[in-house]
Amino acid sequence: MVQQTGKPRSFQEIILRLQAYWSEQGCAVMQPYDMEVGAGTFHPATTLRSLGSKPWAAAYVQPSRRPTDGRYGENPNRLQHYYQYQVLIKPSPPNLQELYLGSLKAIGIDIALHDIRFVEDDWESPTLGAWGLGWEVWCDGMEVSQFTYFQQVGGHDCHPVSGELTYGLERLAMYVLGIDHVMDMPFNDPDAPIALSYGDVFRQTEQEYSRWNFDVANTDVLFKQFEEAEAECEAILSQDHEDPKTGKRIVMAHPAYDQCIKASHLFNLLDARGVISVTERQAYIGRVRALAKKCADAFVQTEAGGHAA
Amino acid sequence: MPDLLIELFSEEIPARMQRRAADDLKAKMTDGLVEAGLTYAHAQAFSTPRRLTLALEGVLGESPTVTEDRKGPRVDAPEKAIEGFLRGAGVSREDLEIRDEKKGQVYFAKITKPGRPAGEIVAQVLEDTVRNFPWPKSMRWGAGSLRWVRPLHSILCILTDDAGEATVVEFDIDGIKAGNTTQGHRFMGKGRFAVSGFEDYQAKLKRDFVILDPQERADHIWQDATNQAFASGLEVVEDKGLLAEVAGLVEWPVVLMGEIGEEFLDLPPEVLQTSMKEHQKFFSVKNPKTGRIERFVTVANIETEDHGATILAGNQKVLSARLSDAKFFWDNDLREAKAGMQAWIDQLDNVTFERQLGTQAARISRIAALAREIAPKVGAKADLAEQAARVAKADLSSEMVYEFPELQGLMGRYYAEAAGLPAEVAAACEAHYSPLGPSDAVPEAPVSLTVALADKIDTLTGFWAINQKPTGSKDPFALRRAALGVIRIVLDNGLRVHLDRFIDSQLLHHKISLNRKKASEGEIDTLEEVLDQIGEFGVFGAAFRAVIDKLQKHDDAPDTGEGSLLRTVGDLVPDLSTDLLAFFHDRLKVYLKDQGLKYDVIDACLMLDGGDDLWLISARAKALSEILKTEDGENLVQGFKRANNILTQAEEKDGVEYSFGPDARFAEVPEEKDLFAALEAAEADIAKANKAEDFTAAMEAMAKLRAPIDAFFEAVQVNTDKDVVRRNRLNLLGKIRDICLQAADLTKLEG
Repeated sequence: MVQQTGKPRSFQEIILRLQAYWSEQGCAVMQPYDMEVGAGTFHPATTLRSLGSKPWAAAYVQPSRRPTDGRYGENPNRLQHYYQYQVLIKPSPPNLQELYLGSLKAIGIDIALHDIRFVEDDWESPTLGAWGLGWEVWCDGMEVSQFTYFQQVGGHDCHPVSGELTYGLERLAMYVLGIDHVMDMPFNDPDAPIALSYGDVFRQTEQEYSRWNFDVANTDVLFKQFEEAEAECEAILSQDHEDPKTGKRIVMAHPAYDQCIKASHLFNLLDARGVISVTERQAYIGRVRALAKKCADAFVQTEAGGHAA
Repeated sequence: MPDLLIELFSEEIPARMQRRAADDLKAKMTDGLVEAGLTYAHAQAFSTPRRLTLALEGVLGESPTVTEDRKGPRVDAPEKAIEGFLRGAGVSREDLEIRDEKKGQVYFAKITKPGRPAGEIVAQVLEDTVRNFPWPKSMRWGAGSLRWVRPLHSILCILTDDAGEATVVEFDIDGIKAGNTTQGHRFMGKGRFAVSGFEDYQAKLKRDFVILDPQERADHIWQDATNQAFASGLEVVEDKGLLAEVAGLVEWPVVLMGEIGEEFLDLPPEVLQTSMKEHQKFFSVKNPKTGRIERFVTVANIETEDHGATILAGNQKVLSARLSDAKFFWDNDLREAKAGMQAWIDQLDNVTFERQLGTQAARISRIAALAREIAPKVGAKADLAEQAARVAKADLSSEMVYEFPELQGLMGRYYAEAAGLPAEVAAACEAHYSPLGPSDAVPEAPVSLTVALADKIDTLTGFWAINQKPTGSKDPFALRRAALGVIRIVLDNGLRVHLDRFIDSQLLHHKISLNRKKASEGEIDTLEEVLDQIGEFGVFGAAFRAVIDKLQKHDDAPDTGEGSLLRTVGDLVPDLSTDLLAFFHDRLKVYLKDQGLKYDVIDACLMLDGGDDLWLISARAKALSEILKTEDGENLVQGFKRANNILTQAEEKDGVEYSFGPDARFAEVPEEKDLFAALEAAEADIAKANKAEDFTAAMEAMAKLRAPIDAFFEAVQVNTDKDVVRRNRLNLLGKIRDICLQAADLTKLEG
């Protein structure tokens, strides 16, 4: 059992406490998706599972990549690779705000001593064709989470509505632990025999990826891979629902969605390389959105998406 | 009579929507109740982050019984018609009354609509209000289908009678059942409680740490903030918008004042203010002695054991991180500024202004060239104006403006000062964006207003050149605002400029840039020569013809035939120019209308000589508007119209224009002779007044014609049998028209 009282001492303890808390609230604690994504929302456990009528409750950590945010590990709070904690519950329970506040208590924030506020912030993902209404949650003037009621995903109205919580883990942990520079944050327990800081784990990779993202990544290859991912996504979805080999109805929403995620990340890499002009940007975002919509269309044709067998 | 209390309790309502929502709740509920016959004495609506509340005093206990006489068919009407009437009116035949009407005996039904109890009506109107609430954006939640701004949790709806007894109105919507309970503050409240009426409700909310009235919260915040600042010898920088927003973010405001780190105090006050306001919703606290912003005020939503120490420390830390960024930008920018800003200017070569109109750098070159042309006309030094235009947008490359776009211009001024540029140039960097709105200050310094005019005219001509004019409500490039800016700069400063010339030369500039790639060298050279000559000739057309005439004497003259580039540009520029001037006229009309001048009065002054001189149009229109308020002026218009009608009818009939000078020798009666004399005098007076630009005098001279014109029409018949006399009189009317036209085109006046 993870200790849930007093102040946490490390980055990983905060993660573990969140996992324990949301597990106790009945969420399926899932693992990160095994692909490069820009945010926890891209995990199929959120994007696809927020579609259709079937109830769902999941919580997970998702490593997220934003190539343009790379700062060679020097900026106190900007990283090209960071972690989000993501909770998705469908239908959104009436006490979701209270559950959320409970999670803050679980990671050691005394809500009688702090000023917690829900400040209007509507969420929109042009690449996923998704939007929702909600807030950014402030703790003493700092944004610690994003709280959204999904209204539309992949162009589909959400029925029922999912409630989504996203915690920016590094920033939240730095606040709870009182750390000014992310690289100084204890990753494991500071009294462990081999105490590791966030910098010990990630400073070098931040440097390596910053260099690659900004200056080295072969843009011709990336452009080509984008086209291939797009083509593959469409090819997968154009298959007949009935598998000729097994004779079963198998709609391949997830494999297609993997290609959509890939295209999205490739676009982010190209963007970081500065080879996409302002006008082209919109066109690329539109292409990824078109894939996301097709995947959403396919998912609602599956059993998990509520399609009656 | 009972009082009604309604509270719609939800998750946090965006601050910017609360005020409007309270008003809408009041309007929709009271309209609905009154329509159903339920009047009330007094209504109040309130909002907090989590609730909308409506309190009505003196509501009728039930709606009054209404009786209505409904007229039916005649007694001898077909049976079917009578049955239909009975069905529609909901009465039986015995209840019908027969009355004698003109057309015979007719059935009447007395229909009585019994009054309904207040609760029933309230429930119905409330359901309609909740389901059709005009939120700017609304959402669904959970598995339901109800829409609200955020999830709606509970509804309190009670009628309280004179004895203070409360009854819950029976009402439910999508599983939310109305009751008599609510809750207080999210963190400090003690759970749900029941209320018996509005006073009880407001008092219990306060006990549970909720101030219901947003105005009371705002007042409390302002009072407390200014008191705390005053105690330290400081003052809070007033910001009404921020105050209203912050009052909408808290139910129980707790004002905390904090320090800004010493290392940030040298940042420009606007940077501190913007950063604190935009990101943190902090008020700025100024030291009146130094003028510096030294502290901040934040408003928390909770009282804590440590009196806000933890909250303040957290906020201070967030602020420090933000200001570290700002300081980093400022220090980097200052280094660049002191080095002369050339790198910033160079960078603008890579920034697209608009796809067809090219880069920011190209735009700046065009603005600089135009600024040079405008400068001498408005009393600015051409060199300074050009220099100002070249650096005015350099700050777009700075890190600070990248982070806070709203600081553009202002940062430009700071950086130009740091670069050691002349004060007029630095001032222009800030002022050339002005005026941004109808009430924004207008630049007055010659260099500033020169760059401001050049910038706006370049933008307008550019979008006209690529045919991206505003349509309907779509004006993505804020071209209406740009045109209004030009108008206000010209009028407020009393500038005398002929816009045509600048519009023409800038349109041609754009056409040259747009065609540079596909045109031949000779064609570009020719167009550039025309550009040089516009200054000489005053307008494009004359300059263009002169250049083409000259070229055609040579053997290797560029193609000017049908479909050639030169011909196309030659045809297009005057059309676009006329169209853009008409756009200016439209904006001018809107602007002057706000100052009390009617459209038709302005129309009467637009198309005279100097239609591209906005000051002249406005001065004429004002003089005309004044004269129309006098008896002479008003009657003159009638006389003029009479003259004009007779004249145009005769011209149509005879197929000629009566514009030969009339001859006084054919005048038959004294009134006719007097009119001759009066017209002669008016013509001279108007010409003199126009020359002196004394339009009041010109209008007065015109108005003096009223008496002789009236007398003339009184005494003579224009269309007489004597042809010579008739023609002469028509020519006399023609003269009235011509002379008045020197002052104003009265045909444009309505009524």
